[in-house]
Amino acid sequence: MQIGPILVALRRHKAGTTLIALQIALTLAIVCNALFIIQQRLVRVDRPSGVQETNLFVIQNDWPQKLSPQDADARMRADLQALRGLSSVQDASSSNSFPLRGSGWDNFVRMTPEQVKMTTDTAIFFSDEHTLATLGTRLIAGRNFRSEEVGSQGGTDPMHARQIIVSKGLAQLLFPHDSALGKTVYVSGDNAPSTIIGVTDTLQAHMTGLWAQAYAYNALLVPARLTGDSTFYLVRARPGQLADAMRQAKAALYAQTRMRMIPPHDGVMTFAQVRERAYDADYGMAILMGIICAVLLVITAAGIVGLTSFWVGQRRRQIGVRRALGARQRDILGYFLTENLLITLGGVLLGIVLALSMNLWLVLRLGVQPLSLTYLAAGVVLLLLLGQGAVLAPAMKASRVPPVEATRSV
Amino acid sequence: MFAYYFQLGLRSLRRNPILTALMVMAIGFGVGASMITYSVFRATSNNPIPQKSGQLYAVQIANWKTDDLDKGEPPSALTYTDAMAFMQAHKAKRQTALYPIAPSVIPADASRLPIEENSYAWYGDAFAMFDIPFLYGGAWTQAQDDAHAAVVVIGRKLNDKLFNGANSVGKTIDLDGHDYRITGVIDEWNPQPLFFDPVNTGGFGDPIGLFIPFTRAVDLQMSTAGNNNCNDTPGPGWSNWIHSECIWIEYWAELPTTADADAYKRWLTGYAAEQQRAGRFKWAPNVRLRNVTDWLDFNKVVPPESKISLLVSLGFLLICLVNTIGLLLAKFMRRAPEIGVRRALGASRREIYVQFLVEAGTVGLTGGVLGLLLTGVGVLGVGWVFDEQIARLATLDASLVLLTLIAAVLATLLAAFYPTWRAAQVQPAWQLKSN
Repeated sequence: MQIGPILVALRRHKAGTTLIALQIALTLAIVCNALFIIQQRLVRVDRPSGVQETNLFVIQNDWPQKLSPQDADARMRADLQALRGLSSVQDASSSNSFPLRGSGWDNFVRMTPEQVKMTTDTAIFFSDEHTLATLGTRLIAGRNFRSEEVGSQGGTDPMHARQIIVSKGLAQLLFPHDSALGKTVYVSGDNAPSTIIGVTDTLQAHMTGLWAQAYAYNALLVPARLTGDSTFYLVRARPGQLADAMRQAKAALYAQTRMRMIPPHDGVMTFAQVRERAYDADYGMAILMGIICAVLLVITAAGIVGLTSFWVGQRRRQIGVRRALGARQRDILGYFLTENLLITLGGVLLGIVLALSMNLWLVLRLGVQPLSLTYLAAGVVLLLLLGQGAVLAPAMKASRVPPVEATRSV
Repeated sequence: MFAYYFQLGLRSLRRNPILTALMVMAIGFGVGASMITYSVFRATSNNPIPQKSGQLYAVQIANWKTDDLDKGEPPSALTYTDAMAFMQAHKAKRQTALYPIAPSVIPADASRLPIEENSYAWYGDAFAMFDIPFLYGGAWTQAQDDAHAAVVVIGRKLNDKLFNGANSVGKTIDLDGHDYRITGVIDEWNPQPLFFDPVNTGGFGDPIGLFIPFTRAVDLQMSTAGNNNCNDTPGPGWSNWIHSECIWIEYWAELPTTADADAYKRWLTGYAAEQQRAGRFKWAPNVRLRNVTDWLDFNKVVPPESKISLLVSLGFLLICLVNTIGLLLAKFMRRAPEIGVRRALGASRREIYVQFLVEAGTVGLTGGVLGLLLTGVGVLGVGWVFDEQIARLATLDASLVLLTLIAAVLATLLAAFYPTWRAAQVQPAWQLKSN
């Protein structure tokens, strides 16, 4: 196929050529960035929480009256005992927060008492000896808390934890080269050391925001019940009895005392609901970007079909002349396909520049990550295929123009 | 002539239904997507108190060393120490410290369960500062603030629930086991974004239905229901906590003129300098006064999702327009012979312009109607993409309908400009000769 004549012909259709190339360029810019955003969001959504999510649910419990720390602790213990006594419940534990909750208590971790800047940030989960079993998270080293180690702590009091259990992610961040077991770190308020007695398998923090991406797997378990104005009860139902357990647990708590508040809409949530809520915005973004990409590709393809059809109509006579002079059908087909390939290539070159600038803006202004070149390459291939696919129908039509067309005047 | 061109336009559109449908779809989808995302952006970037947004200022002061600050900006909340010093200085026309609390309303009827209500502890000035409308009664007085009085202002919904909507001023309610006398019932009031406390609410949420005096809440040791941030650990107990450098209080000042704001800022800087001399701050004064819009901006109330999706949709609209330019060009140039005949019979270039722009306008209007349908459907589906609290703020009102149609027609006319110019350049002699 000779490119020279095609270029000469394109020069006579500057406007149409420019428009198609521009459309390809803009589509490439948007589609690459949108696909990249989708991928980024889906990666976040697919992260494991480290929690056995089926059969787990969470109850939010607020105390309507100000309770002394001793009273609050006694009530929490009574509640837990009642929950664990239910036939549909396998285990239960209290906590100030839980993985994927979105908000909670996070503390800086330091390696020495004098250290001014933090080594890292971690989620603090107030736990007892039932917490790991309730979450369904395994220990990979060390031991669990013993019941006599679990104390209680007032809502606004500073944290003092002598023994702690850390997640695998936090252990690796703090001690990348050897085992964290038995080591000490500084997280407590009184600047006293805390000894790591256990390391769990993967366990996610409560923080789900983009700002906390680096700390997403830092969790630290403190053996105490936090006796604030409110608490969460994490409850693991026996397999297949989730609905029963949720109903029975609420009733059992109210049977203990009616002087409590379990928020009517989201006071009792399955962990599936917790997950859905945590990643709502991510799913939403992925859906929106997906719809926009799909419609965009259809519209761009339709634009190419429309304009090429017009060109074919305009050039019927010239096509007839070429056919009469001996060009075969596939020469005509090849002509239009090559023409489109050239225009698309031009558009794609401009599109790469546009895509990178758009991504740069998103990185600088909105904290999106830099575009991976794989996505750019995928976008380029996608648009080249789209161009060829869109031009196929009009090009076939052109190839069927009979040679006799040359003898007709318009 | 306009009506005739309109008719011609319709006729021409019917001639190539596929090309026409393509253009209408491109315009419709482009405008629809832009309007849906714009409706969300409009809701989240809304100025919730336009009449006063320039007179209300959030006060910030760096009580932590620069290492602990985010990009050198003072924190978004204050310590109890600083908030009380500002209240006592009383340098603004009106001022209030505030923080969210979570008291429970305990119904007199023991068989009913306690009610949770979104609540704030603040000063009586806040009601006038924030232009809060009252249904019955009014704010508590400054004397009651000073006396740490057990008074309360409740929202209309709670009043309906507890008193069946009757005037309850002077009656008492039980909060966490303490009696409070109602001084006022506020009418519907739910500014979105919740400008006075985006720090603890993210800016969007249910209406606030209960307010008690700040001084009373602190007396009863009600801890904040929002964020509490410490750069160092306070000692045990309430007293150590409120006298620590932990930050958990928002502070607002009403400063009617720029001169007032300047004077306040000077005073604030002076206060910080004094703290530095006293040895509490070991750094130079670092203070900010931010009005409502700056404050919402600083707290990034508009979610990045909203900005990204608006940007992507506008890019989408741009592509649809480029697409439309191409299709209109094809459509108009196909009619070159017809233009040649009209021109030869005496039509001026102006007439050609008008004819083709009217035709394009018809396409735009049809696209706008399609866009409107899509926007309507899309606004209902916003909940799929955005947070529920934000989604319900995105609505299709009269102004959005109008904007959709205008945007569609204007965008199409803009797109039609080049094809029309080309149509008007058609040489009549050339077209007639080849026939």
